[in-house]
Amino acid sequence: MDKSLDIKAFLDADEKKDLLRLLTAGSVDDGKSTLIGRLLFDSKKLYEDQLTALERDSKRVGNAGAGQIDYALLLDGLKAEREEGITIDVAYRYFSTNARKFIIADTPGHEQYTRNMITGGSTANLAIILVDARTGVITQTRRHTFLVSLLGIKHIVLAVNKMDLVDFDQKVFNDITAEYLKLTDQLGIEDVTCFPLSALDGDNVVEKSQRTPWYEGPSLLDFLENVPIHLDRNMQDFRYPVQYVLRPNLDFRGFCAKIASGVVRKGDEIVALPSLKRSRVKSIVTYEGELQEAFCPQCVTLTLEDEIDISRGEMLVHPDNLPHIGRRFETMLVWMDEEPMNRGKQFFLKHNTNTTRATVDAVDFRVDVNTMEHLEGADLRLNEIASVRITTAKTLFFDSYAQNRATGNFVLIDPITNNTSAVGMIVRPIEDNDEAYDALPVLDLTKLGITAEQQQVVEKVVKELSRQGLEIKIIK
Amino acid sequence: MSTYNISHLQELEAESIHIIREVAAEFENPVMLYSIGKDSSVMVRLAEKAFAPGKVPFPLMHIDSRWKFREMIEFRDSYAKKYGWNLIVESNEEAFNAGVGPFTHGSKVHTDLMKTKALLDALNKYKFDAAFGGARRDEEKSRAKERIFSFRDQFQQWDPKNQRPELWDIYNSRVHKGESIRVFPLSNWTELDIWQYIRLENIPIVPLYYAKERPCVEIDGNLIMADDDRLPKELLPQVKNRMVRFRTLGCWPLTGAVESEAATIEEIVEEMMTTTKSERTTRVIDFDQEASMEQKKREGYF
Repeated sequence: MDKSLDIKAFLDADEKKDLLRLLTAGSVDDGKSTLIGRLLFDSKKLYEDQLTALERDSKRVGNAGAGQIDYALLLDGLKAEREEGITIDVAYRYFSTNARKFIIADTPGHEQYTRNMITGGSTANLAIILVDARTGVITQTRRHTFLVSLLGIKHIVLAVNKMDLVDFDQKVFNDITAEYLKLTDQLGIEDVTCFPLSALDGDNVVEKSQRTPWYEGPSLLDFLENVPIHLDRNMQDFRYPVQYVLRPNLDFRGFCAKIASGVVRKGDEIVALPSLKRSRVKSIVTYEGELQEAFCPQCVTLTLEDEIDISRGEMLVHPDNLPHIGRRFETMLVWMDEEPMNRGKQFFLKHNTNTTRATVDAVDFRVDVNTMEHLEGADLRLNEIASVRITTAKTLFFDSYAQNRATGNFVLIDPITNNTSAVGMIVRPIEDNDEAYDALPVLDLTKLGITAEQQQVVEKVVKELSRQGLEIKIIK
Repeated sequence: MSTYNISHLQELEAESIHIIREVAAEFENPVMLYSIGKDSSVMVRLAEKAFAPGKVPFPLMHIDSRWKFREMIEFRDSYAKKYGWNLIVESNEEAFNAGVGPFTHGSKVHTDLMKTKALLDALNKYKFDAAFGGARRDEEKSRAKERIFSFRDQFQQWDPKNQRPELWDIYNSRVHKGESIRVFPLSNWTELDIWQYIRLENIPIVPLYYAKERPCVEIDGNLIMADDDRLPKELLPQVKNRMVRFRTLGCWPLTGAVESEAATIEEIVEEMMTTTKSERTTRVIDFDQEASMEQKKREGYF
């Protein structure tokens, strides 16, 4: 057969593969880096020169025994980490098989780095939680699983590693998985699959092992290649957070966004939030030409039948399917900043394409990440998690995180350090009947004697301030 | 009901376009750094897609070390003209006039002055608050840990231990005066993804990526193409025509060629799939010192 045809066929097939983003959690001792190294190595994506460097580094600083390749060194990239022997931040790894492309977010297991696991897992479809077969489910396992459930990751893999050190004993494996499933039941996680592995020797990682005849499931890689993920996206609720307004000429006014969820078709009736003005989708524009329909997570540009004024931060939705519209909500909050939380302090809150001022009004309870017990409410410190109530200056358009991951998340940014201080997953809206929260500063243009020509300038400034999160009401 | 499947390339494309639009919306004065390489070519196409049918609302900037391959410069100028890009070219004139170059000063001094310093000076000169770069996380270990929106202090330094948490598709673009963000829209693309995309989208790339007979000389184990008359005279007798191509492009004395017959994208991909060396081995600057890329990034080089 002609070789160039072969490669063309390969490329044509490769182009259609989908993408699975996965998170791995576990400590250095669980053999996490070894497992990832094994996946990369065995799926033949390790280039020879990376291997050569690895052999060289293994001799110098490796923690594996003499003559053994230390797969962990493949992953621990930064100099500081290599010296300390631990992974200190999220590292991304890429590999592909004939069935799928994979992005691995590799995160450390140490308590002080909860924020890295949260960072690495926010976009993951699937999480691999590692346990050592000798120790089974430990506090850290509970913590990781809780964080995975908090992030709304739909599929969990429990990798019971180091089975070689317990003689591939079926009872050990069964006991661990039974204990683990109790935990995931409690957290309401539905899709959990458990694997007996030896990452070091490769058992059940890529190929099914001869040493676990009692295990009837697939190998880990086989499972990762086949787990269905396209149904995990929210295709019901159309949410279009306007990101950028395109006006290349007077005849074209397009609203650019990444579709956060759902599907939009040409001709659909839409409503703009917060103005509640209605129109229809005139065209769905892309570089390649117009589309009949588009769906999440595509980036498109919509034009509308009517000329309505829409800017960044506003949202287009279907009139029969609205998100919550409001300024107060209850949310889970993970504190990511060295500087502790300060109730009453104003933060910037970024939600989709909206930035607004916001305050944390109350901490209802904190969660002990190890036991999942509720603790009394108090200002949060780094890596602490709580259920809190937040009020924003601007009206937001949101869903609960459980319902819609894409419109139920936000971050809090410290206005002084500009650090991302906290991240949140919205639980539910709080009905807004407290008038005190509506006290926006008001500019009465007529009273102030501002002429019609000057009004436009004032409105422009107010709009810019609103973009920066400072809301001012104009009365004409 | 249709199933609304999306391929990995479509997903990566959407992620990148979203990032590019976010920068255009949130920064006052962004710039796209353009290296003329294949990744830059993809990034530029993604920017064109992000704002179609409008024009891209920020300029391209090329930091010219004055030692780039001649074909790169020709390609750059014709591309910018054809697609109507606003192209800024900046160099460290002072160092160039003082005769700094890789043969005379070594790769470290050359890179520090002609690339890092030239870039920092240019960013300061135009007061850009955001700069896109085409780096991918699969290229090198320290890059694998970097955020998509990578914060730089007033000295353009990266602090790997103090990175802002980055979740979902929310990017923190807030900076104080003088600080900036480097933005990497191709973070999650792999080398194969880039080639696939170039193939699918018919994206023009510099011909140096394709195999051809070129005059080469071996220097310290690297196959260096004699691109202009600045090659040290004593090396001239060893120059031989060889069938080669380049897997990465940079300064010609610092970019090793690989012997190859691959003259189409399909052949390049085939070679890549069966090759035993990853792409950065042809970049001389990575081997200067242990963890050298991390060091360079800390200092402000990408």
